[in-house]
Order: sequence, then structure tokens, then C-alpha cells
Amino acid sequence: MSRIAAKFAALKAEGRGALIPFLEAYDPDPATSMAILRGMPGAGADLIEIGVPFTDPMADGPIIQLAGQRGLKAGATLAGTLAMVRDFRAEDDATPVILMGYLNPILSYGADRFVTDAAASGVDGLIVVDMPPEEAEVLAPAAQAAGMDIIRLVAPTTDDARLPLVLNASSGFVYYVAITGITGTRSADPEALRAAIPRIRAHTDLPIAIGFGVRTPEQAGFAAKVADGAVVASALIDTLAKSLDEQGRARPDSVRKVLDQVRALAAAVRG
Amino acid sequence: MNQLLKPNTFKSGPDSAGRFGGFGGRYVAETLMPLILEVEAAYAKAKADPSFDAEWRRLLKDYVGRPSPLWYAERVTEHCRAQAEPGKGAKVYFKRDELNHTGAHKINAVLGQILLAKRMGKKRIIAETGAGQHGVATATACALFNLPCTVFMGATDVERQQPNVFRMKLLGAEVVAVTSGAATLKDAMNEALRHWVANVEDTYYCIGTVAGPHPYPMMVRDFQSVIGEETRVQMQEAEGRLPDLLVAAIGGGSNAMGLFYPFLDDPSVQMHGVEAGGHGIETVTGHAASLTGGRPGVLHGNRTYLLQDEFGQILEGHSISAGLDYPGVGPEHSWLHELGRVQYVNATDKEALDAFQLCSRLEGIIPALEPAHALAHVLKVAPTLPAETLIVMNMCGRGDKDIFTVAGHLGVKL
Repeated sequence: MSRIAAKFAALKAEGRGALIPFLEAYDPDPATSMAILRGMPGAGADLIEIGVPFTDPMADGPIIQLAGQRGLKAGATLAGTLAMVRDFRAEDDATPVILMGYLNPILSYGADRFVTDAAASGVDGLIVVDMPPEEAEVLAPAAQAAGMDIIRLVAPTTDDARLPLVLNASSGFVYYVAITGITGTRSADPEALRAAIPRIRAHTDLPIAIGFGVRTPEQAGFAAKVADGAVVASALIDTLAKSLDEQGRARPDSVRKVLDQVRALAAAVRG
Repeated sequence: MNQLLKPNTFKSGPDSAGRFGGFGGRYVAETLMPLILEVEAAYAKAKADPSFDAEWRRLLKDYVGRPSPLWYAERVTEHCRAQAEPGKGAKVYFKRDELNHTGAHKINAVLGQILLAKRMGKKRIIAETGAGQHGVATATACALFNLPCTVFMGATDVERQQPNVFRMKLLGAEVVAVTSGAATLKDAMNEALRHWVANVEDTYYCIGTVAGPHPYPMMVRDFQSVIGEETRVQMQEAEGRLPDLLVAAIGGGSNAMGLFYPFLDDPSVQMHGVEAGGHGIETVTGHAASLTGGRPGVLHGNRTYLLQDEFGQILEGHSISAGLDYPGVGPEHSWLHELGRVQYVNATDKEALDAFQLCSRLEGIIPALEPAHALAHVLKVAPTLPAETLIVMNMCGRGDKDIFTVAGHLGVKL
């Protein structure tokens, strides 16, 4: 069983949903983001999503755009991000790690070489924002053969006719984009989520995590209850960004502030 | 091996997946995917409806002023012949799309798209713009059709294209200055896509060039093909035969695609697309020549040639022309480039600046900096070709918007 499947099975036995915090690789420097990554499981992360910096993140709001720019400025590459996962795996063999990013850096690395290296580094799943099922052939078959899940985004605009196409190509879990919009710009509407999640459930047995617009412990707790997991990204990046000094460097308490927030989110998810 | 075989027709693309060979496609976030499919279905339906075409052609004739003339550029021809060996020096024609209402070819595709948006019941229009030509065209059509219009423009371009910013505002459009990235066209397109994701219900995204996710590259090409269709007829009338060489500037490549497309299956017609060479394509980020100085990748919804670093991060292009400094190019151009059907060359900032001045003095036509790149190439090749060779260059825009930029480069303060 894959790490992702095993984790969701264990959480189900525990009777709760997952907390999936996000960090951007190399933001604001490799050591700080590595320290956040290392600290996340202890702070209550059930799965971890790592953003791979890209110059043109078209589905991301200003908070993650800036995080990506800080990461790139600090020298982030796809290879460097894989090295982070490899280092993390040396200490933690249980927490699933999902990479989230855009297709061009992967194509530039070489899709097949990337799949081999990512699997060897201990990456469990991939979210490639600008790769809809229609364009997945370049990456998905190889990734799945290597044992990595392709986690698909389902949006409020994804209608019932389209849902099977998206869900049939998914594995690991389904990432429900709670808002029609970019990351970190508005909050998910609980009523809309109560209606949307059963609609998706009717089409799949995969766990469903809710992301985009999940910021507070209350929102995370609700999302993990109505679905199977909550992804929190911009709110954590925001905390990190606000902790930086005038030159954009991490302060001694930057890592702790982010991890404290993860702890608060985890407590809410554990209800 | 098969991929090296040339197709029976160069006009067959794209396929049902929106691909021109290995290029094109629909690389967008899932939120946008249903909307892209909706645009595709709506366009297919409109294309099959004669009343859609009739309404669009009525607007082109009575509002835009089409057909645009085909002008024999006699003094440019004489200039080239003066530098050529006896018997050489091609005959140069300009396809005068700078005479269109709003001053460039952009209005052709904007009117088609706005008619489509109305059919789709969309209540507002967004667009991105670099030099401002597409933004002005979109703002104009939105005024005509009483639709709210928001134009995303890089803050750098807002600064260097003040006349067009003012024009858009006069026409009632909201201009949003985009400050992310290098604040140029690429970033304006990112921001327009982000805005579209957040407003999918009532908003139509009017794309300015033959790039973006399918069906945009095909749709914008179809609308711009009016340029080449007119050229065919006009050249038959003027010379009794087809032209030998077509030359057009390439940023995203919409004016070039429009001129080239109707001639793609005519083997006697050669085509040269002229990219922005900036400070020279040997410089790392000093040019915007995606085809001659980039490599394939995925950006803004399509797979195409891009300016990018070794890690797949997108590089900022440079050109003296704000309309050409896009780091990508339309996917059909990438396909035609790999097939060798069209030759892609480049002209530097300086060559374009020289051609800009030359054209103004010799023909009494102040060209936009975009076609000034095409003209710079014409000035290079015309003297080497036999005198009976017929060249058509697309004068895709007029230079009013560029006089401040040019004056700055010439050390003149306006």
C-alpha cells in the first residue's frame, strides 16, 4: 500500500480527517524551509505538500507567487526540491509528501528522469496544476508505474459530465478546489462545500481533501470533517512572510511561528 | 521517423486535442478547463453559422475599414534596388493593416471574439495587452457593444505606452497595472488568467494573439486570416499572380499567422517570420526570439517554443517594441518552424529603429515598431532577390504609439 493510502486508512480508523500543510521549497532559504518540513509531522501534519517554485504560477495568488519568487531567488530548482524530500525521508518514512507545481520545470528536467528521481527521493504524489487529464499522457503513466499518485484538482466548475474523466485519472486522493479563484484570496463557503463533497463522493472511493480558501483552524476542522482532509497553504506562507526581516531573511522565530500555526490547525482537525 | 514526414496540407491543424503536431494543447488549471471547452464548442457553433460570419464581415467593412489596401512601396523598392546588383532588388508591397480602425490588425480578431462572447451570454470582457494595441482594440469593441472591459497591462508597459493607456481609459475600459514579475506582457497574461479563474461565470477572456490554450490559437488565426485572404485577391489584381515571399513580425505571431495561413499550401510562396532580436540573439535575456533563441516548453496554456533557463523557469524577453517582448510564440508557428515551412529570422532593436525612420521618410508611413522589424528584414533580403520577386510585408500597425519610445532612443525630448 502506498504511503498516501496507508495514511488515509489509518486516519479513517482513527475517525478523523487529515491536515495537509503546505510549504514552498527554499522559501525564504533552503535551511529554513527544510526546518519547517522537518518540524511539520511533529506539529501535527498528516501529509505534507511542497510547492516547487515556478516563475509563472498562473493559479496562485500573490502570497504564493511571492513565496515562489523568494524560493527562486534562494536558488530553488526541481533537483533541489527532490533533495529536500530525500533528506526528509532519511528521518521520516511514514509521512506522505506531495509535490505541487507546474509542468514546465518538470518537462525541462525531463519527464521520465523526473519520475524516476522523484520516486527514488520518496515523493508519494504529484499535483501538476496546469496538467488537466487531457494533457496528462506526458507524465501520468510513468508516474503511476513508478508508484506515485497523480492527485487531480476538482473545481466547482467541474460539472457532473466531466467528473468521471477527472476522477478516473486520479489516485491517492482528490483535491477539491473550494473556490473558483486563485489561492489565498477568499474563504471557502461551508454551505457550498456541504453540497459539493457528496457530489464528488458519488463518483469516487478516493479520499477528498479541500484546499484553496482554507485558512483558520475552524475552517480546517470543518473541511476535514465534511471531507477527508484540509490543505492549508497561503495562511502558513503568510505567517512565514510576515516573520521575515526587512531584507526578506528568516528570523530566529520564523520556523516556530509557522509550526505553532500547524499545531493549532492540527488541534482543530483532531477536534 | 514519421514525424519528419511533411503533412499533405499545412492548413489542417489543429487536431481535436488542439495540437499542431507536438505543439498547442490545453494546459490550464482544472477550474478553467470546463470554460475552455465551452469556448471551443461555442466557436465551433458560431463558425458553422453564416449569420455569425456575415455580422463579423459587416463590422470589418463598415467599422474597421476593410479591405485594407495593398500598397506598392515604390520608394522602398527603389531604395533596395539602389543597393542591389543589376537585375536584383525585389518589388515590395505593404499590406496596410495599420489603416484599420484603432491602428493595427488586432481589431480583426477582437471583433470576432466579442461577437462570440455575446453569443455565449458573457457580461464582461477581460484582455491582456503589451504595447496596448490589443487593449485599445478590445476597449473599442467593448464600447461599441456596451460591455464592461478590464485590460491587464504590465506596469512597465503602462509606463512606456502612456498614449494607449489613455486611449483605453477614454474608451471606458479599466486598465489594471500588473506589478508581478517584470511587469510586462507575460505577467499581464498570468494576471488575466488568474482573474478569469476567479470570474469564470460571467467573463470572456479576449486573447490578443495566436497563443494560449486551444481553441484560441486556431480561433485568432481564423479571424486574422482575413489579412492573407485579401492579399491573395489583391496580388492577383495587381500582378496577376501570387506573391513570392511574405514577411511579417512575430511576437505571439497573430499578424504573421493571419497573413501566412491562406498561403501555407502554395509551395511557390515563401514565408519569413521576423522575431525581435533585441540586443542580439546571442545575448542571454536581451532578445525576444523564442523560435530562434528558445526551446519547447509549456506556458500560458500551450506547448510551444519559450525563452527559458536550463531549469524551465521562464525568462523575460527584451525588445524595443513592447508588443514583441513576449517569451513565447503561437504554437502553430512552432509547428511550422519545425516543419521548415516558414523561416524564422530576427531583426535587432537598432535595425528596427533604422527601418522605422527609413519607412517614415521614404513612404510617408510611420510604422509601428513591430512591423519595423519586418521591414528591417525586407531591407536585408530584397536587394539579394531577383527584380521580378514579389514581397508582401504586413504593415500590421502604425507608429503613433511608438513615437515617444523612438524619440527617447534618438535622444529627442518630446
